[in-house]
Amino acid sequence: MTQTLPTDQDPGAAASHHHGQRFGYGRFLLRMMRMATDGSPLFYAWMIALTAIWLVGVHTWGLQVRDGMAMTHMSDHVSWGLYIANFTFMVGVAAGAVMMVIPAYLYHDREMHDLVIIGEIVAIAAIFMCLGFVTVDLGRPDRFWHMMPFFGKFNWPGSMLTWDVLVLNGYLLINLHVVGYLLYKRFLGEKPSQKWYVPFVYLSIIWAVSIHTVTAFLYCGLGGRPFWNTALLAPRFLASAFVSGPAFIIVLLLIARRFAGVTFGNGPIKTLSSIMRVTILISLVMVASEVFTHFYAGGSHSASSRYLFFGLHGKTALVPWTWTSIGTTIVAAILLFRPKVHEHAPTLVIACVLAFIGLWIEKGMGLIVPAFIPSTLHEVVEYVPSEAEWRITASIWAFGLMILTLGLKVALPIFSGRETIQSR
Amino acid sequence: MTDQESSGGLDRRTAMKAAGATLGMAAFAKAVAPIVEWTTTGGSVDEFLQKHYRELTPDQLEVVLRRIEAETLEDYGAKVTVEDVPPLENTKFGYALNLSVCIGCRQCAEACHEENNHDRASHNSYIRVLEMDKGSMDMETGRVDYDHAVPQSDKFYMPIQCQQCDNAPCVTVCPIEATWKEPDGIVTVDYNWCIGCRYCEAACPYHARRFNWSKPEIPAAEINPDQSYLSNRIRPQGVMEKCTFCLHRTRKGKMPACLEACPTGARVFGNLLDPDSEIRWVLENKRVFVLKEELGTRPQFYYFFDE
Repeated sequence: MTQTLPTDQDPGAAASHHHGQRFGYGRFLLRMMRMATDGSPLFYAWMIALTAIWLVGVHTWGLQVRDGMAMTHMSDHVSWGLYIANFTFMVGVAAGAVMMVIPAYLYHDREMHDLVIIGEIVAIAAIFMCLGFVTVDLGRPDRFWHMMPFFGKFNWPGSMLTWDVLVLNGYLLINLHVVGYLLYKRFLGEKPSQKWYVPFVYLSIIWAVSIHTVTAFLYCGLGGRPFWNTALLAPRFLASAFVSGPAFIIVLLLIARRFAGVTFGNGPIKTLSSIMRVTILISLVMVASEVFTHFYAGGSHSASSRYLFFGLHGKTALVPWTWTSIGTTIVAAILLFRPKVHEHAPTLVIACVLAFIGLWIEKGMGLIVPAFIPSTLHEVVEYVPSEAEWRITASIWAFGLMILTLGLKVALPIFSGRETIQSR
Repeated sequence: MTDQESSGGLDRRTAMKAAGATLGMAAFAKAVAPIVEWTTTGGSVDEFLQKHYRELTPDQLEVVLRRIEAETLEDYGAKVTVEDVPPLENTKFGYALNLSVCIGCRQCAEACHEENNHDRASHNSYIRVLEMDKGSMDMETGRVDYDHAVPQSDKFYMPIQCQQCDNAPCVTVCPIEATWKEPDGIVTVDYNWCIGCRYCEAACPYHARRFNWSKPEIPAAEINPDQSYLSNRIRPQGVMEKCTFCLHRTRKGKMPACLEACPTGARVFGNLLDPDSEIRWVLENKRVFVLKEELGTRPQFYYFFDE
């Protein structure tokens, strides 16, 4: 780790002395808040739209808390649905951001290094969404303190859910620290001290793998659910995370370049699309492997797969979702075969969007719901999310996009050296 | 842009921001109104701060029990007693069910419904009765929603409720120890501690756990007033519940409601540690089996056939 940041030669370090007093982290946070609330009409319109969607969902969630989760279409047969599906998928997006961190810090990819903060902010927004999806799935969110270590009763290490609480919050804190510290130092025009962020960056790489492994263990550790109870689940989660994360980031980078004036070479796009090109195939191979195992052997353990792909006893609610997912993922994989796809923005964007949708279904509804159908006593009771569930889900997506927007709004000018302690 | 214009623009911008912030706050207040309403009418501060059942001192528990009685009176208009019934010494409860004589009448499920103060609208019960094809033990051939005279000659019937596993997945996965195994082998839930994440419901291989998707509704006249903290008191909205082998009865030497309701004598309940008990006689003299033995859950609920 010998490289220096591009703005190290800035006279900012001297500037902080001009002010005579130290520009503390608290003051820096205030400055960031001011930056986050100041923007163009387009920015305000975007934020107002997101806020409106968010508030509609908050209201619906309030009704759900007050009147009970009967407002959802979950039941004692299918006791987890759209919320946990989105939670699982977003853990993947959060973990996928590490595919920028590894080239940037481990392989000293200079161009990636200049953009890595975007990946870290995506991870932060995704983790906030994960926490949101878990919270709205609770029957008694007012009792959240029962889950806090020391205050409540934390069933650690027995319950995988306590592990998930630790790794998700840990990942959030690590990323908040790294992002906050690097931005602060860049803002001051000072050289970041390696000991204050390099160990955390390495930790975040291991941690990214852990959040997804632990989330998979949450499901595959349950012996009573044959559909989840497979050793392939954690590797499959990781492979698909390294598709959905980069897919989101590629589209985001292209948008940032086109509309936010962020300039960068094609290196990062090339690296990320090359990663996707491989991980999407690994992901598909693993799905095929599961499908073979279930259908060739048959028996009641394959009933969930039969339901997922073809329907069971005439119940077929998930079948269109499943084939949509398989279709979009395969098309995305084929599009990514195109040589130098990173230079063909339209193809790349289509591939990324298709892969993102495909995996959102595969790792969301396609992973959570069939484990409950048939039920453990082999009853076939279907689940289709209610309107309230869709509203609340949209609200958390809006919330995540708000965090992402504000994060980038603050980080991009600072990281590119446009906003420093010297600028008013 | 001149200085004047720019400062004018700045003022306008500040005013717009202030207006936006005010509107936003108003919209937010409107959005969270249901939660505010729920916190002011739904639960008390005492309930919010209540400790885990196993950490309550006898005095604190006493206060909690009286509070729950008062809440039941207020919410349901029913005068009930809520006791804390401790486990008996040298007791481990076991249950056995004779599949040769069960006729699938579902009287057990009905008795459970009434005894345990289940929600009337959903007609909840801790017991599901499967109608199975003779010649198969595969639950895939079973149905719970049969609606015809019983018994059918080509079928047999298998009631399923909590198996009170010695290695209970629901207990392992609970993130907050809201569910645990009592010394007498009964898996219980602290309804005032559960956060309603439903991980236990996903983990249970026997579909034994139920979630309160809404506040249970029962007419005051139908409420069973003999209640206990860990079993049949009316559950709050948003928490898990399950069969407790009617611990408010069985810990006082009575039989579970489902057993008393059974017209064929298919059910045998007792203390596994008592060598003279009927349940021990069944385990030693009948060919018994447990459900999904391969999962390693070690159920304390046994099934057997007569011959």
